[in-house]
Amino acid sequence: MDKSSEASKNSNTLIWGIIFIIGAILLVWSMSTSRTGQVWVTPEQHAFTAGADGKYSATDTPSSEDIAWVTYNVVPDSELTQEVIDSGSATLSWSRTIGLWLAAIFTLFILSFLVGDNPAYKFAEAMVVGTSAGYVMVIGIWDVFVPLLLGKLAPGFVQTAFLPGMDASAGTQLLYIIPAILIIMLLFQLMPSGGWISRWPIAFFIGITAGYRMIGYVEADLVAQIKAAIVPLWVTGENGFVFWPSFNAVILTVATLSAMIYFFFSVEHKGLLGKTARVGIWFLMITFGASFGYTVMGRIALLAARLEFLFGDWLHFIPSS
Amino acid sequence: MLKILQNIDRRWVFLFMLLAVAIPILAKTVFPVNISPQTMMVFNAIEDLPDGSRILLSYDFDPASQGELLPMAQAFTRHCSIKGHKQYYMALWPLGSPMVDLSIDTIESEYPNLVYGEDYVKFDYKTGGEAVIRMITQDLRGMYELDSKGVSLDNIPMTKNIKNIQDMDLIINVSAGDPGTKQWVQFAATPFGITTVSGCTGVQAPQMYPYIPDQLAGVLGAIKAAAEYEAAIDEVYPSIASNPKAQEAKRRMGPQLVAHGLMVCLIILGNIIFFVSRKRGLA
Repeated sequence: MDKSSEASKNSNTLIWGIIFIIGAILLVWSMSTSRTGQVWVTPEQHAFTAGADGKYSATDTPSSEDIAWVTYNVVPDSELTQEVIDSGSATLSWSRTIGLWLAAIFTLFILSFLVGDNPAYKFAEAMVVGTSAGYVMVIGIWDVFVPLLLGKLAPGFVQTAFLPGMDASAGTQLLYIIPAILIIMLLFQLMPSGGWISRWPIAFFIGITAGYRMIGYVEADLVAQIKAAIVPLWVTGENGFVFWPSFNAVILTVATLSAMIYFFFSVEHKGLLGKTARVGIWFLMITFGASFGYTVMGRIALLAARLEFLFGDWLHFIPSS
Repeated sequence: MLKILQNIDRRWVFLFMLLAVAIPILAKTVFPVNISPQTMMVFNAIEDLPDGSRILLSYDFDPASQGELLPMAQAFTRHCSIKGHKQYYMALWPLGSPMVDLSIDTIESEYPNLVYGEDYVKFDYKTGGEAVIRMITQDLRGMYELDSKGVSLDNIPMTKNIKNIQDMDLIINVSAGDPGTKQWVQFAATPFGITTVSGCTGVQAPQMYPYIPDQLAGVLGAIKAAAEYEAAIDEVYPSIASNPKAQEAKRRMGPQLVAHGLMVCLIILGNIIFFVSRKRGLA
């Protein structure tokens, strides 16, 4: 083993050691002083009774014929006293407690990648991908496929079986057979042979998307932005010349023109053109710097949110969010 | 010393960053926030509308951006609720729908006087991105025949007279990418002149500023702008300042300051190491 890999191994062990020791101290301290990782809830009864006109109104004394259900509200740390627990008005929610621990453990699994790739991270990553794909598929079926396709082709069936609020009076809309056929053609991608059939709906989809987007970009990003870039360089107000708006307008114009000249590669960047292109590079660098700063801010905000969850909701070091 | 610094394990930097973010959270460090003119543009776009105006809120983000965008989304909800605006919620991202539910929870717990169907309503996720926007600018029922509870829009008081989103007084888009603010600008704000404001991630913010003021009435860029927006609401409606849930973005500015300070120090240190190494012929 060479010296560099031995140093890396020692560093690895030291970093893991520090993290585990800090984590263990925090966990033990928290569990000894608060209800770490516990979620306590109070039940809330909802009940509605039908009046003579058939309309429902809320009632405090539901009968067996009324519609009633119970929801559970999380008790904040500040309200969870020993008296509240002893009185029985708050109960420990095992399902939410398990969910909380899973969320905390998976957060730590994902963060563990910063120390180095490991099986815990890979497991958490696979869980995220799997659950996201499953969730999106279910949402797609119930929010899109059923109401917007099946509901148009078999409205009576969909209204009876799935969506009683749907208006089925329009009857079957035969035009929707076309997207149904395109979907079936798309599924040929999964067949061992006949995969070429799926290229037709893909081509249709790409063509539609390209056309759609081109209109949007031309109107909003080309024409409207050219219009927005044409501004008066000498701005006047009620009392005559106004400095800062004029200064901003000059900067806008110089930055736009010089940055565009930098991307003009048909002529060699020499002389005045070269100097202007160099100014353009400076403006581009400032823009990239601003983007980098914003990106750092975003990433720190995400880390802060997860740490707030760990320290608040899980460990109860700070009031839960 | 120079050799040690040159070969320092990057994981030490991660550990320092973790501490830089964790310590201000545990110490509950909050710094004063100055409200920028850009944030006031967004605030005024909502504040200047007559009470009870119609506002479409599209949550185009998912849990991956929740830490950055949920505070401003919740601030939009609180501001609209205080003003008594009619709130129409939708999502162009499949995982945006649960984010909308968090705002609905806020309305139900903090503004119990508001009634579902009369003051706020939720539409389910629909696939298609810009195609959804394009459709609802012409025909809302062509895409959303029912609300998220399965009730026909014709039977909901606040939707029965809405033909399309051109009937909205304002669109608020909270965006983490594509589809998001860019698509709302391209397919709703620019062609139909519907007043639109955006709250977006830091990564997107520099791309959105050129749309101000003609195509966007304002942009909240990342968590800093969200903190400023919370401060602006606190100034006009002091009662909300006592709600700790309404100070989420302001709370996250403490870790931001310390972490950014660390970043600046590391960048300066890295440059010093580079120049010294070059001078000694080590680089």
